Amino acid sequence: MPERVAIVGVGYSDVRSTTPGLSYKEMMYEAAVRAYADAGVNPRKDVDSFICVSEDFWEGTSIFDEYVPDQLGGALRPVHTVTGDGIHALACAAMLIRTGRARIVVVEGHSKHSDIRTPHHIHNFAFDPIYHRPLGAHPYHLAGLEMNRFLHVSGNTREQCALVVRKNLTNALLNPRAVYGAEVSLEDVLGAPPAFTPLGELDIARPADGGFVMVVAAESVVDDLAGEPVWITGYGWCTGASAVDSRQWGEAVYARLAAEQAYRMAGITNPFQDLDFAEIDDSFSYKELEHLEALRLCRPGEAGTLLEEGVTLPSGEFPVNVSGGSLGVGHLLEATGLHRVYEVVLQLRGQAGPIQLAEVERGLAQSWRNLPTTTGCVIILERS
Amino acid sequence: MTVRIKEWPGTALSSKDFETGRVLTVHHKPKAEYRWDAGVAIGRYLRELKEGRLIARRCNACGRILLPPRMFCEECFVPTSEWVFVKDTGTVNTFSICHVRWDMVRLKDPQLPAVINVDGASPGMGILHLLGEVRPEDVRVGMRVQAVWKSPEEREGAITDIKYWKPI
Repeated sequence: MPERVAIVGVGYSDVRSTTPGLSYKEMMYEAAVRAYADAGVNPRKDVDSFICVSEDFWEGTSIFDEYVPDQLGGALRPVHTVTGDGIHALACAAMLIRTGRARIVVVEGHSKHSDIRTPHHIHNFAFDPIYHRPLGAHPYHLAGLEMNRFLHVSGNTREQCALVVRKNLTNALLNPRAVYGAEVSLEDVLGAPPAFTPLGELDIARPADGGFVMVVAAESVVDDLAGEPVWITGYGWCTGASAVDSRQWGEAVYARLAAEQAYRMAGITNPFQDLDFAEIDDSFSYKELEHLEALRLCRPGEAGTLLEEGVTLPSGEFPVNVSGGSLGVGHLLEATGLHRVYEVVLQLRGQAGPIQLAEVERGLAQSWRNLPTTTGCVIILERS
Repeated sequence: MTVRIKEWPGTALSSKDFETGRVLTVHHKPKAEYRWDAGVAIGRYLRELKEGRLIARRCNACGRILLPPRMFCEECFVPTSEWVFVKDTGTVNTFSICHVRWDMVRLKDPQLPAVINVDGASPGMGILHLLGEVRPEDVRVGMRVQAVWKSPEEREGAITDIKYWKPI
């Protein structure tokens, strides 16, 4: 039986809309120092391996792996980069430990989105160059297409998507890490300038800068460390068909299959009952509803009703995105999944301050790799 | 063996075939623009370059003087302690004589990139820059050099505020 694995330290560099005073290296250092202090580890002596998540095109530097070790304390140590979401990297860390190759692994992700002057062009660069890009539409048209089909297939409504925006922006008002908290009415969201109809301007998560570092450890060393452990009991990831002309529009199959892997590993049969809360992808308002259904937290077509009944509110039976999600906190590129895990860890430790939920034992974090992907990952975290 | 083959199989293609559309391809020029925040350490480094000076950071844990400056010591993993000006003279650590430009044009006057250990910084710390006022065949590892600065009016807070390093 492989060893159990826990997150024993977390740290972040302040989430902001811009960070003109700090370089990405200084942001990473800030997050790392906090995580190592939390865990009680010295990265120069105690850490066996470092894993970063980054995409060269967001960074503006090829082979970006080369620029990460110094500010993490990883110079001349095993370091590698995963071009995926932060939850992919946490799964890698857990597996590295479970193979016996490492006992303590550091995972890092950051967004310095404000350094990118042409973000939509970089986004467009992820699209197929031969039969998609030449059409010339703004990359978010894919979200409009996806939303329309999802609403059509599931029976959820445009108004229910607006409710997601209102919930998450309201939740964000209390979260010190959230940039975009606001009091908005349903009319504000529905009356916002149309963007990629049915998607309106307020339905789109805005980007933010910020960095997250986590220390992951094997059970055999957890007791020697200072950080309060939160156990990683399940993880899974999945990528669907990339073809935009023939993918399964209207259902987040990648999230369903990733969740199935994670649930099986964690011994979860009824996610709604077995879990207490979740931080899930809401890069676009409809995605929260689509992902709720894919994660089997409700039956197909019922996500909107769940929201209307207040079940997913912080005061509800199954709070979703108490942090404010990406809509309220800001989208953090590859670090987005790590932010969600960070929120789950704080909740399980009872350290979430003004947004603390009562009596939570087990939480889920889920990420989607954003447009144009059908890639998602899921992680299950537990207090004991 | 190849001499026995009179006619190679396959279809011969010339650039003209591509230009005239006999072979179809798709062209895309990415629009990737960035504006990196230099941050605390490199921000100050650039500001001092504009003043015609080189500045470093000292780590009081290991005693090293780090150039270019950084707010953390990658060896000790502690915040660095103080700003230290270093000299604009140094010693060539290594160099290359570049006869070919990045677009493969051969150069009459080769470019001379060099790593220079800067006086006042810890051993192995310095700057990667260009050498000038020297014949390529005269460059040596261990050669003493000094920065040649642009005039104050020309300097803009960039690594190119130093034109090149010349032998002394």
